[in-house]
Amino acid sequence: MQLAANIAVLAAIYALIACGYVLIYRVSRVLSLAHGELMMLGAYGLAVTASLFGGHPLVAIAASAALALAVGFLVYGLLMWRMTGESVLAAVLATIALGILLRGAMILAFGTQTQYPLQGLGWTNASIAIGSARISAAGLTLVLGTAAVYGALFVFLHASRWGIRMRAAGQNPLLAAQRGVRLHGIYALAWGLATFTGGMAGMLIACDAGIESTLVTIGLKAFPAALVGGLDSLLGALAGAWIVAAAEVLLIHYVDPLLSDVVPFFVLLAMLVVRPWGLFGTREELDRV
Amino acid sequence: MSSSGYFRTSYARDAALVDTRTQKAWLSVFCVALAAFPFLAGPFALDLANQVLLTSIGAVALMLLTGYAGQISLGHAGLLAAGAFTAGILFKEIGASIWITLPASAAVGALIGFVFGLPSLRLRGLYLAVSTLALHFLVIHAGQEYETRRGFSTGVVLDSPLADARAWFFVLLFASAATILFSLNLLRGRTGRAWRAIHGREAVAAALGINVKAAKLSAFVVSCTLTSIAGCLFAYYRGFVSAEAFSLFVTIQYVAAVIVGGIGSILGALLGTVFVVLFPYGIEALMAVLGFADRLSSVIFAVNYAAFGLAMILFLVFEPQGLVGIWRRVQAWFLLWPFKQKPVGK
Repeated sequence: MQLAANIAVLAAIYALIACGYVLIYRVSRVLSLAHGELMMLGAYGLAVTASLFGGHPLVAIAASAALALAVGFLVYGLLMWRMTGESVLAAVLATIALGILLRGAMILAFGTQTQYPLQGLGWTNASIAIGSARISAAGLTLVLGTAAVYGALFVFLHASRWGIRMRAAGQNPLLAAQRGVRLHGIYALAWGLATFTGGMAGMLIACDAGIESTLVTIGLKAFPAALVGGLDSLLGALAGAWIVAAAEVLLIHYVDPLLSDVVPFFVLLAMLVVRPWGLFGTREELDRV
Repeated sequence: MSSSGYFRTSYARDAALVDTRTQKAWLSVFCVALAAFPFLAGPFALDLANQVLLTSIGAVALMLLTGYAGQISLGHAGLLAAGAFTAGILFKEIGASIWITLPASAAVGALIGFVFGLPSLRLRGLYLAVSTLALHFLVIHAGQEYETRRGFSTGVVLDSPLADARAWFFVLLFASAATILFSLNLLRGRTGRAWRAIHGREAVAAALGINVKAAKLSAFVVSCTLTSIAGCLFAYYRGFVSAEAFSLFVTIQYVAAVIVGGIGSILGALLGTVFVVLFPYGIEALMAVLGFADRLSSVIFAVNYAAFGLAMILFLVFEPQGLVGIWRRVQAWFLLWPFKQKPVGK
């Protein structure tokens, strides 16, 4: 029972992070390798707003969420915008550069000590009993938050005007642009949403375990979840997150705790051998000259 | 340089590595300068030069893969670690000499390249980046396992066959020159043309009769082998192997060398290497001049991270051709002077 609870929390973490990878890849075919850092930036954003709006935790959370969204738009507006039309290679290299820049800047700005934004908000991380398992309040929020985010994204992508434009741009950018879809706006929105969800993941993990440099590694470990499910499928990201999380928790528990960092990548390699486009991903179309 | 009215009239001439008499003269001057360098330089400059030479092997290897074949590798640190640990383990377990560990490292690198390159062949695009990321974590994990299992928790110590920094300079110079010549030779032949074609567009390359999968895999295997050899030399040069020395930042340093130097040029890889090796020392000197040195001494690595990221972004956005692009522009300016434009059609 405890194992199931652990798997659920880890799967929620991976799913929440992975949907950022999927959103950006699906819309602009760019693999964002700065996602772990952007996630960490979201966590630090919460720490800052928590100390700014001490005593008003809800205001602090809303402000940090808005901040994460704004950072996403900024990343596109300042950097990734210039990479549209360049090769995908250049765009991916740009995200690597952005990641290392952010990592250095964050250490300079916030130091290397572990921070606990939950204290700043004035809340405690209570332990809640569900059946025979115990789960932390932040962990439970993570699971519920992830479910809410996926529900909202599903409705957004299928029912709203902007969501449909987003899917169109992902399917065929040229055709979408010719039908009057503003690609820059769509791409900026994708980056904004991805950073927002990633930032949310960062904030919730920070509430649970504090902000540490390992947060970036968690961001990278969520990438296999996105790929196992299929890089262009949100449903796949959810399924992939469950698979990777289950494999990780079970192997740590029954085999060796040191395996934690490698299990997701084992799963990833296995998937690349068996079905490289992922469980729910679309197989790439024929390339015509 | 066609701006001087000199034209190549045969394919052999076009493929020649050293073309004109002026180039030959400059090359020999450069070689003499290199040979004289260790006798003139102090110990610090010599260590820097050795680092540049060592890094240049890995950077040229990554340039072949990323700059020519257009594939991204995020496993460069992992491959260096693979070579270094192969050397360290063979030395510790069977007391092997460098004549055994060096070929063994090359073989391990080739094997890893083959195994991790295979899954990425099934799809186009960025899947090599994905599997090499897995490569990095798996190799580092294996290295850590070995360290803890055998009780070398702080790292594996190796006896270096060469004690003298000057001797190392010539060994590394030879290794680097051999790597460059090998790469240039591959690039001017069929293999190099195939790599450039798949970089341009895979479907067109396939239509031209290039075996896309073989070309991709060969690029990755060659790059992995060279990098692993560099890792083995690194282990002997430092006399010490530890998994902590091969973080993802090392990979990013090599990627930075390729970007800053200029994608698609061996000269670019070399310029990028010099930049990447000297950059941290430059930052440190700058901090000392500005008076931040004491305050930031504990986080100087973070300053490095940020500065690296910024330099990479600036080059990607404003100078995608890298240092080589600047070099060529300066060269053209001098060649064309007093004119400003190249003649039409050149």
